Amino acid sequence: MDALFYFVSWVSLIITVGVVATMFYFVYKYRRRDPNERPAPVKESKLVEISWIVVPTILVLVVFTWGFQGFIKANVAPANAYEIQVKGYKWAWEFTYPTGVTTGVLHVPEGRPVRLVMSSTDVIHSFYVPVFRVKHDVLPNRYTSVWFEATKTGEYDVFCTEYCGTEHSGMITKVVVMEQSEFNQWVLTGGMDNMSPVEIGALLYEQRGCKACHGLDGAAGVGPTFKGLYGAQRNFADGSSAEADENYLRESIIAPNTRVVEGYGPVMPSFAQLSEDEVSGLIAFIKEQE
Amino acid sequence: MSATVTQAGEATSTATHSGPSKHYLNHDTSIKSWLTTVDHKRIGVMYAFTLAFVFLIAGLLAIAVRTELFLPGETIMDKDAYNQVFTLHGVLMTFAFLVPSIPAILGNFVLPIQIGAKDVAFPKLNLASYYIYLLGGLILASALLVGQIDTGWTFYTPYSSDGSTAILVTTLALFIMGFSSILTGINFIVTIHKMRAPGMTWNRMPLFIWGLYATSIVQVLATPVVGITLVLLFLERLMGIGIFDPALGGDPVLFQHFFWFYSHPAVYIMILPAFGVISELIGTFSRQRVYGYKAIALSSVAIALLGFMVWGHHMFVSGQSAISAIIFSLITYLIGIPSGVKVFNWVATMYKGSIWLQTPMLYALTFLFLFTIGGVTGVMVGVLAVDIHLHDTYYVVGHFHYVMMGGTVMALLGGMHYWWPKITGKMYSEFWGRIAIALIFVGFNVTFFTQLILGSQGMPRRYADYVEAYTLMHQISTIGSYILAVGLFVVLFYMIHSLFFGKKASANPWGAATLDFTHTTSPPDPHNFHGTPLVTRGPYDFYLADDVFGRPSQGDGRATGDGAPVVLPTGDGATAAQPAPPKANQPA
Repeated sequence: MDALFYFVSWVSLIITVGVVATMFYFVYKYRRRDPNERPAPVKESKLVEISWIVVPTILVLVVFTWGFQGFIKANVAPANAYEIQVKGYKWAWEFTYPTGVTTGVLHVPEGRPVRLVMSSTDVIHSFYVPVFRVKHDVLPNRYTSVWFEATKTGEYDVFCTEYCGTEHSGMITKVVVMEQSEFNQWVLTGGMDNMSPVEIGALLYEQRGCKACHGLDGAAGVGPTFKGLYGAQRNFADGSSAEADENYLRESIIAPNTRVVEGYGPVMPSFAQLSEDEVSGLIAFIKEQE
Repeated sequence: MSATVTQAGEATSTATHSGPSKHYLNHDTSIKSWLTTVDHKRIGVMYAFTLAFVFLIAGLLAIAVRTELFLPGETIMDKDAYNQVFTLHGVLMTFAFLVPSIPAILGNFVLPIQIGAKDVAFPKLNLASYYIYLLGGLILASALLVGQIDTGWTFYTPYSSDGSTAILVTTLALFIMGFSSILTGINFIVTIHKMRAPGMTWNRMPLFIWGLYATSIVQVLATPVVGITLVLLFLERLMGIGIFDPALGGDPVLFQHFFWFYSHPAVYIMILPAFGVISELIGTFSRQRVYGYKAIALSSVAIALLGFMVWGHHMFVSGQSAISAIIFSLITYLIGIPSGVKVFNWVATMYKGSIWLQTPMLYALTFLFLFTIGGVTGVMVGVLAVDIHLHDTYYVVGHFHYVMMGGTVMALLGGMHYWWPKITGKMYSEFWGRIAIALIFVGFNVTFFTQLILGSQGMPRRYADYVEAYTLMHQISTIGSYILAVGLFVVLFYMIHSLFFGKKASANPWGAATLDFTHTTSPPDPHNFHGTPLVTRGPYDFYLADDVFGRPSQGDGRATGDGAPVVLPTGDGATAAQPAPPKANQPA
């Protein structure tokens, strides 16, 4: 695909330089020397006209065919591809592996085709890994997919490229390419074994989208800050109020729009899919933010 | 034009040197006469003021966007504000500025004069178009008071379906503006078909008219589709009928099909008139027939029709079927060829010409350069496999700014300079004109070429914030945008300056060969012509210039300080001029 990109770039450059150089040459050569100049009309040449229709047509047909082949390749995943489920929501990604583990950072094995089956729980997002040259919109009412085969271990950027609201530009995560053997180990637990609840909470906070809306510095974002949240008095939009204890925090994670704090919109998605350990971890993490 | 030669008789020199005492600007100067005018020239001027205001606002919003992006993180506004600013920039520029721009300002002013008509076919409808546009604009402004619009100019569902009421008000405004567009289109089509002066055959029509004709067809056929789409959005929001919203059983991709079914042809609404303007400029300032006149004229119409069949190239990675993506890609290339051929034609027009580098011609050359880049980058994003990478990145942003600003806006500016003497009766400063175009050229490329690079590196569009790796390119782009803005402000200032202090313009300062310059004063009479002109030659037959302008020694343009003399017909086909020379009655 890159070869095609560079091919089109070079041909474009040659054409552009050709056009501009001819233009400058004419501007100089046929510059007006006298206001009374009345140049004779130029006879139109069929040969020239045909050539500048036919040559570009051939060029674009070559480019089309080339791009067509690449497109087909990009659309058909190999049968042995490793499948990962992807969920996009405002404003984070969730990756679920065949082992049942779910993470917010994508981990993939090196040297094996990976197919992502993607859907959205709210608006349209678009999954994009620039270095892998893959992108596809993630839709709320159907599955779409991309596939790739990572060839080098490392960490790469994942962007959302379909505008999805306030934190669109914050809907960024990483794809971590691991050696196959290392990946096989990791995917059993998602790297969450031997972690304290607070560590689990911190990981989820980073990876599952909490940080897009809830800051830790006391400033209000799309949602309230976590700083000093535990134990604070909360006033709700419906006029009632309550203390932010463990049960309130739990409710706000599982069914966030039951009681919405005054001044904020009912925009948070439910995180009912989190396990008990994960919810407890998040609550422990929030408690830490004094 | 039974007599195309005049001698430097009194009638001519009066017209040439001092201009007429009574013209369309001063025959009645009351506010009421402006607000209720049905004169196409005055309506064009009112559009010019209105659209200049819209362009200023939308341009300042762009500067705000670039300033925010100068540094990663929050620079001058938070993400919500940023999202509203770029949305408003896009909505204003596309729907309220680019779509009307050339047809509404230059089309209104020039079209009837260039075909030798007294006015458009339906002058009152023309005024109605203006007020409908104004109403749409006011509703759009009121949407800002109702709430925030942060959907991007594309209004993709379902993001836009659960947005605020402000989005409904905005779509209502666009719905109304659409009618303005449709009515102008109908008006122009009828005018071109029915109002041409005797002898103005289809093959003698200036290419600007051909461009407007093709544009009008698209306006009339495509705009209703966006109207229908907006009505469907309304029905969904107000009555809960599931059309686009998956929560109600609708399909969000359907909206994209509807949207681009209008918005891709809308790109041609924006660019086809620009093609027309460029043909005029290059022909006039090269003193040559526009090369491949018929090819340019007919390919505009072909592009207008083919333009309806390529909307899916905006959706290669949106979830439409692979087979439709492939077909759309192929048709996209077919439509690219005629646009490319036009560029070759314009360059060929300069061959063996007599090229006079005045400011309008500098805009035309800038157009050629920028539009060529816009075109080849368009080929790039049309390549299926490559578009997977480039879709929704800054590459696309760069591409359409090269086409829309490098194309349409350059043509509009070139056209404004070209017809400025005709519209205002004043000459602007050629010196400042050159300074400004130099600034615009440099600023534009610094701003948008860096965006092409950013995009190929994977920078997604509509990002209020970005990862650090992109910082340098963003900073260069922002600095470019400031240079560009300075250039545009220079234009604004010397244009305003010329209104008060500009030298009086002669009737034909460029030595153009179309009726707007050869047969009217600057500014034109309220009724354009004193009698119906008779057309005996093509629009770019400069080699017949002795017939057109008079004795060779008279020259043309400001090289002699006078411009070319003008023939003012006094009655049908007759002129105030002296006996016709032998060649004058020969059709070209």
